[in-house]
Amino acid sequence: MPFTSDDLTTLWLTLRLALLTTLLLLVLSTPLAWWLARTRSRWGAVVGAVVSMPLVLPPTVLGFYLLVALGPNGPGGQVTQALGLGLLPFTFAGLVVGSMIYSLPFAVQPLQNAFAAMGQRPMDVAATLRARPLDAFFTVAIPLARPGFITAAIMTFAHTVGEFGVVLMIGGNIPGSTRLVSMQIYGHVEALEYTQAHWLSASMVVFSFVVLLALALVNRSSAVQRVLR
Amino acid sequence: MNDNTIALTLQRPDFTLQVNLQLPARGITVLFGPSGCGKTSLLRCMAGLERGQQALIRVANQVWQDDSHNTFLPTWQRPLGYVFQEASLFDHLDVQRNLEYGLRRERKTLRISLAESIELLGIGHLLKRRSHELSGGERQRVAIARALASQPELLLLDEPLAALDAARRQDILPWLQRLRDELHIPMIYVTHNADELVRLADTLVVLNAGQVVAHGPVTQTLAQLHPPLLTGDDTATLIEGTVCEHDTRWSLCAVALDGDAASPRIWLPWSATLALGQRVRLRLLARDVSVLIGAPTSHTSSIQNVLPCVVDAINTDSHPAQALVRLRYANHYLLARVTQRAVHTLPIEVGQTVWAQVKSVALVA
Repeated sequence: MPFTSDDLTTLWLTLRLALLTTLLLLVLSTPLAWWLARTRSRWGAVVGAVVSMPLVLPPTVLGFYLLVALGPNGPGGQVTQALGLGLLPFTFAGLVVGSMIYSLPFAVQPLQNAFAAMGQRPMDVAATLRARPLDAFFTVAIPLARPGFITAAIMTFAHTVGEFGVVLMIGGNIPGSTRLVSMQIYGHVEALEYTQAHWLSASMVVFSFVVLLALALVNRSSAVQRVLR
Repeated sequence: MNDNTIALTLQRPDFTLQVNLQLPARGITVLFGPSGCGKTSLLRCMAGLERGQQALIRVANQVWQDDSHNTFLPTWQRPLGYVFQEASLFDHLDVQRNLEYGLRRERKTLRISLAESIELLGIGHLLKRRSHELSGGERQRVAIARALASQPELLLLDEPLAALDAARRQDILPWLQRLRDELHIPMIYVTHNADELVRLADTLVVLNAGQVVAHGPVTQTLAQLHPPLLTGDDTATLIEGTVCEHDTRWSLCAVALDGDAASPRIWLPWSATLALGQRVRLRLLARDVSVLIGAPTSHTSSIQNVLPCVVDAINTDSHPAQALVRLRYANHYLLARVTQRAVHTLPIEVGQTVWAQVKSVALVA
């Protein structure tokens, strides 16, 4: 058995975190990306820049401010306490919030591009065929943006699996509760358990390759469809 | 049946679209004009895809927009069909489900069944295909059938053939003529193509820089001289009549012009699509009509079609050497393109009785 039971726990936790983050983020990003793709307001640029911030901020900076904001004296912490949710730092829920913010641009940008590329025409067509705006959104816009959704899901999932700085800050590396694969590898290396580190690292290498290959295949099939149109 | 009303103003960067039209609630109304004159904007305003100002839009006795009462029906509540210029089929659905998209959202009793619109447009063999597996012409036929299936009170077509090459256009025009003849849905058809205009229009509205410059029944409006609506080689008038004779020996047929049983007939090549008694529309290009002073002798000219006419008006043409002479026979109009010198030396004068020699006529509908 190449993995210790601790390793398996972190793998399972990482998988759960990545799946939940991807799911929640797609739901949240869809209306945001739609608005960003359509708006003519100058706020579009501002919101777009804020959404992209996690791309350029050092993850530790993001993690630090999240820790402060969600802590007992931070505005986020006040809200979660008032709602009876307690404090989020050093919990799985805290990890989910941190991962969602960290991966936000990876979900929003592919969706925004897909919505922008489709233009206003399909929505106009749907309206002339008696579809209410919300009906048209679900029956036309979302199916047409499918390649964007697939890209967003894969990118968010992969990015969440690989994060380190943000989750270390907000999660605190608690075994079984907030310790993820990336921290486990770090721990193995610190303890000079190179064999264990190798097994986990190599599985991450394979995983990354499979993800990128899947992405390329998805994009190619939709590119082929575009050419055929 | 009451007319449909379209009155609105729309500020565009380079012009103001301003119209106030009563359009007949039957047949095809062609909105004609150069690119960028506001035709498409007008159509989009009627559909509610853009919002005109000070608007009153009333179709089939239903108010779609009335800014004096703050009434504005959103597009999806207007019982219209819209055919866009380029392919507008949903790529994620096959042809069948594209056709059903509008039909499923329409609750009133069906005037046109899905089977009927599939049959009218000849697309039965395409139902399982995706949009990218269709040719440009097939896509537009599906788009038209899809619009019909949503049970429109008014069908709006925005240059539906503009993205097709000339051969595909000729393929689709008969389908559109069939719709006009078999369905009783008024259509508003935007085009800048003279051929589509003469084949399809019952009523003609000419737009230029956002203003209506001519409006009326197509045969009357096309005879307008100030300025001629169709320029260059397209300058033409339409006359309508009934096929009354088939000369099998020479493969010709004769058309009796409307309103005058005793009139001379117009001869043209017989076509297998014709039948005796059929109503037809003929296009007479101004360049094919010449003016003869004094009676023709039937043995000196190869031209078979000669009509006694009255000179109704004479106008300069686009080239300074040429003039356009409008000739009237009963209530039919012909335009003849002649040289200014001929007008001067023959001379040709308004009110004079002359003979129009028509070198060729084309059957357009």
